[in-house]
Amino acid sequence: MSIELGDVENIAHLARLDLTEKEKEEAASSMSNILNLIDQMQSVNTDDVAPLAHAFDTAQRLREDKVTETDQRDELQKIAPEAEDGLFLVPKVIE
Amino acid sequence: MEWETVIGLEVHVQLATASKLFSGTSTEFGAQPNTQANIYDLAMPGTLPVLNAEALRMAVKFGLAIDAEIGKTSVFDRKNYFYPDLPKGYQTSQLDFPTVGKGQLVIDMEDGSQRTIGVTRAHMEEDAGKSLHEDFHGKTGIDLNRAGTPLLEIVSEPDLRNAREAVAYLKKLHSIILYLGISDGDMSQGSMRCDANVSVRPKGTTELGNRTEIKNINSFRFVEKAINIEVQRQIDIIEDGGKIVQETRLYDADKNETRSMRSKEVANDYRYFPEPDLLPIVIDDAYIESVRTTLPELPDIKKQRFQDEYALSEYDAMILSSDLSTADYFEEVAKACGDAKLSANWVMGDLQASLNKDEISISESPISSDALAGLIKRIKDNTISSKIAKTVFEAMLAGEGDADSIIESKGLKQVTDAGAIEKMVDEVIANNPAQVQQFKEGKEQVIGFFVGQIMKASQGKANPAQVNQLLKEKLSS
Repeated sequence: MSIELGDVENIAHLARLDLTEKEKEEAASSMSNILNLIDQMQSVNTDDVAPLAHAFDTAQRLREDKVTETDQRDELQKIAPEAEDGLFLVPKVIE
Repeated sequence: MEWETVIGLEVHVQLATASKLFSGTSTEFGAQPNTQANIYDLAMPGTLPVLNAEALRMAVKFGLAIDAEIGKTSVFDRKNYFYPDLPKGYQTSQLDFPTVGKGQLVIDMEDGSQRTIGVTRAHMEEDAGKSLHEDFHGKTGIDLNRAGTPLLEIVSEPDLRNAREAVAYLKKLHSIILYLGISDGDMSQGSMRCDANVSVRPKGTTELGNRTEIKNINSFRFVEKAINIEVQRQIDIIEDGGKIVQETRLYDADKNETRSMRSKEVANDYRYFPEPDLLPIVIDDAYIESVRTTLPELPDIKKQRFQDEYALSEYDAMILSSDLSTADYFEEVAKACGDAKLSANWVMGDLQASLNKDEISISESPISSDALAGLIKRIKDNTISSKIAKTVFEAMLAGEGDADSIIESKGLKQVTDAGAIEKMVDEVIANNPAQVQQFKEGKEQVIGFFVGQIMKASQGKANPAQVNQLLKEKLSS
């Protein structure tokens, strides 16, 4: 299976990545290789194998429902590019 | 051509936890902007999620209440999209292995009929923040207090066939959620939000038509209006030879119309993948059973019990059981006064009307269940008539005291003294010979006139049953 330049451009756009022509070609080639590897893996019979959701074979620990965090807005907004009236400001979002 | 509507609802319910889904930040409503957004909620590099045990417990509780399959292993996934109120660039959600699988909900229609609606799944996910598009000199303000608040997204099967069924489904869901205590369900504050997938097809066919997703419908009334207007729009397009474009549409309540937001195929490519920062959530039978023991008596069971135990009609039982606070209030009144039917009438009638008028909930009722029971007792023991009871009720609403003291201070005690009533009956008969003549000529409805005159003369205090009986005796003699 091969990835075309158009596929790379679409995925790059969705991920908000700005790639050069050279990077696009490299990505197309790398991604095609990955898909070829997956094609090869598809030939293995996995009927009795449960899907793996995580590389670690253990379960998630849970946290008690308690408020443990305090308000650090002022410190956090000091490192933001722009903030006003307690709000973070970002370039205008047009829906 | 006759058309059939197909509706599926996606309902987001904000879970009533103290802290967020993956961080120990408070979820309290109404705080100053960004004072409840810690470094994880802001997606600072290196921060990691830890799942809130209570959110999981609430999701499982909901699953058990709708008789659903509970996922013993559930997995979080990343749903990738860019929007400034989503700092991580993805929403942590569940795709292939949700905590709650297939279940069902029985909805009650106004004519008393019931339908079973399939629930496809319910999954946990985190909420986004809020964008404020008002005037920040050409910029958008972002408040991330809500970012990371736990949501349960409940997805129905496309089993609903009209807007009324959609409302009934939503009401039943709302009722169950409040019974379970897993959310305050307040639609006006966004604790319960509804998106509707709507399509139409020629009646009798089985293939689904192209659907649109309507967003931003945040009250029961708007759900009905938005669906009806969208169904009509789709039928008009198809009958004019057009095609429905699969897209997301926004409901505008002011204009009562839906309008296109964005084309779904282009924009929505979420590239889900398993969240590497969270391990699978594993629960066992013992855990599920321990949650099951916390389930309250649910609305349908309570409705049946109200019919069996209090001999209420199915309709009365449904109305009273649909809201937990109302159900509790009714039971307290019924137990304290010993008359379930009268209790049901007063709770659903005068009390509910006055609460609606003042837009307050029954838990804030100015008349306690004990006080209402006190009033009903005086109707039962003939101290006052039902009519006078309304006067007493109004005085109780106005905070003038309990039923007994109001009856006493206003002198509202019913006249049951046969001699006194007889005297009034005689007087009214003597003073109205024309009406007596009419009665004797067979115009029996004129008796209402006499009852009215006597009630007026007694200032409403004569016992109506006695008045009626005496009148009939005397007029017929």
